[in-house]
Amino acid sequence: MQTKVITGSRSVATAVMLAKPEVIAAYPVTPQTEIVEDIATFIEEKRLGSRFIKVDSEHSAMGACIGASSAGARTFTATSSQGLLYMDEVVHWAAHARLPIVMAVATRALAAPWSILNEHTDFMTQLTSGWIQIMAENNQDALDSMLQAYKIGEDPRVTLPVMVGLDGFILTHTSMPVEIPEQADIDSFLGERKPEFEIDVERPFTFGNVIDERYYIDMRHKMFESMQAAKEVIGSVSNEYKRLAGREYSMLECYNCDDAEHIIVSIGASSGDAREASDRLRKEGVKAGAVRIRVIRPFPSEEIAKALGGAETVTVVERSLSVGGGNILAHEIRSALYSAHGPEEAPFVKGFITGLGGKDITPNDYINMVGITRERPTGDEWFGLTGG
Amino acid sequence: MADKDESSNYIVPAADSKSKALLLRYPISLPDFGSGGKTNQWRLQMPVIDQDKCIKCIICWADCPEATIHRKSDDSVEINYDYCKGCGICANECPTKAIRMVDE
Repeated sequence: MQTKVITGSRSVATAVMLAKPEVIAAYPVTPQTEIVEDIATFIEEKRLGSRFIKVDSEHSAMGACIGASSAGARTFTATSSQGLLYMDEVVHWAAHARLPIVMAVATRALAAPWSILNEHTDFMTQLTSGWIQIMAENNQDALDSMLQAYKIGEDPRVTLPVMVGLDGFILTHTSMPVEIPEQADIDSFLGERKPEFEIDVERPFTFGNVIDERYYIDMRHKMFESMQAAKEVIGSVSNEYKRLAGREYSMLECYNCDDAEHIIVSIGASSGDAREASDRLRKEGVKAGAVRIRVIRPFPSEEIAKALGGAETVTVVERSLSVGGGNILAHEIRSALYSAHGPEEAPFVKGFITGLGGKDITPNDYINMVGITRERPTGDEWFGLTGG
Repeated sequence: MADKDESSNYIVPAADSKSKALLLRYPISLPDFGSGGKTNQWRLQMPVIDQDKCIKCIICWADCPEATIHRKSDDSVEINYDYCKGCGICANECPTKAIRMVDE
């Protein structure tokens, strides 16, 4: 096993090289571009045998993946921000068609005004899409989650597409040491994709036909059941991957949580700063913990209820916004805690809307937000406004 | 109403559809006559043929976008009302006005 100092983009491209999808289709968009450039280089150097389909848009990229995946191929695409929004219609189609496509999303703020910098709202627009959604914390996590994504999505109990998010620029353009698994290990870990149905002229089917009002709801129910089943599959795939690579992943990661009274919840790359903040708060005598949510769909409600249920306050810090709603993640966490513990026992959950458009979230910011939560534990608040 | 076969994820739709099977897990169906179910519910007006005025030109047969007009061996035509959506193209194109659109 080699260790290389590589960017998040190169980590994703390396995972793609190891997973050997037959078909890749993608359209460039900052900050995803280097993922596609690295893959193109690997194909040019004959280190990767995939068919790369050049397309005119993200919508066409996902369309090409849907066609190829329907024909039985393992597929990959990647996008960001406006590209993901332009792709949106077929993103949902891919999930409804039960095609285990894997897509990397280099997260980025939405226009207007233009910003190419990091924010998770693009990723969060797909929460209803039927895709499994994993958000990486670092480049190693991005590579490992990409490889697990194929195994999870292609599992016959799941057969859903998987989206792996990584923070634009903060991960995609930052180099850090990453252990690269051996090709032979990944070959035996992933095996061949074995779809139950595929386009076959000897065995013709109609794909995506109309269904009447009696049965449509049943199809959505089956999607829902498969997404619930994915929780168990994510666990078993993680165990298998740990035997191969020595690294363990779960739906969410807890730090300093056991006796914590005040817990910070975060996703993605800034989670290390949340852990740093919890350490500093502990030195000041505040029993603080930090939870990173790694898998957002299926939402780990039970795990959240267990990890956060004993705390007094929960400070949810997330780089996304539902305008008119608030902190998207905080709403789901409140829901999970209320459902599990009821209104008397559930801890206070405070959502902070911050970090939009690439604004830094530092350990001191986390400490200040925990302080605000302790003073005013209800509702959502903005943090980091310039006052302009 | 419908026979489910859980082991194969197949569903055999109710007797009013001729489709052999639909899959409830995968949006895949066997190619068959009207595999999406009867589409006549979409219709507001139905085309009615006056066989006395019909000159057997088969323009309606050729122009029906849903192929719901059946051409017989003597070139007379018959409409399949299970799948005719009532678009009225046949009535519009008929050179002898042998097809009228009638409220359901």
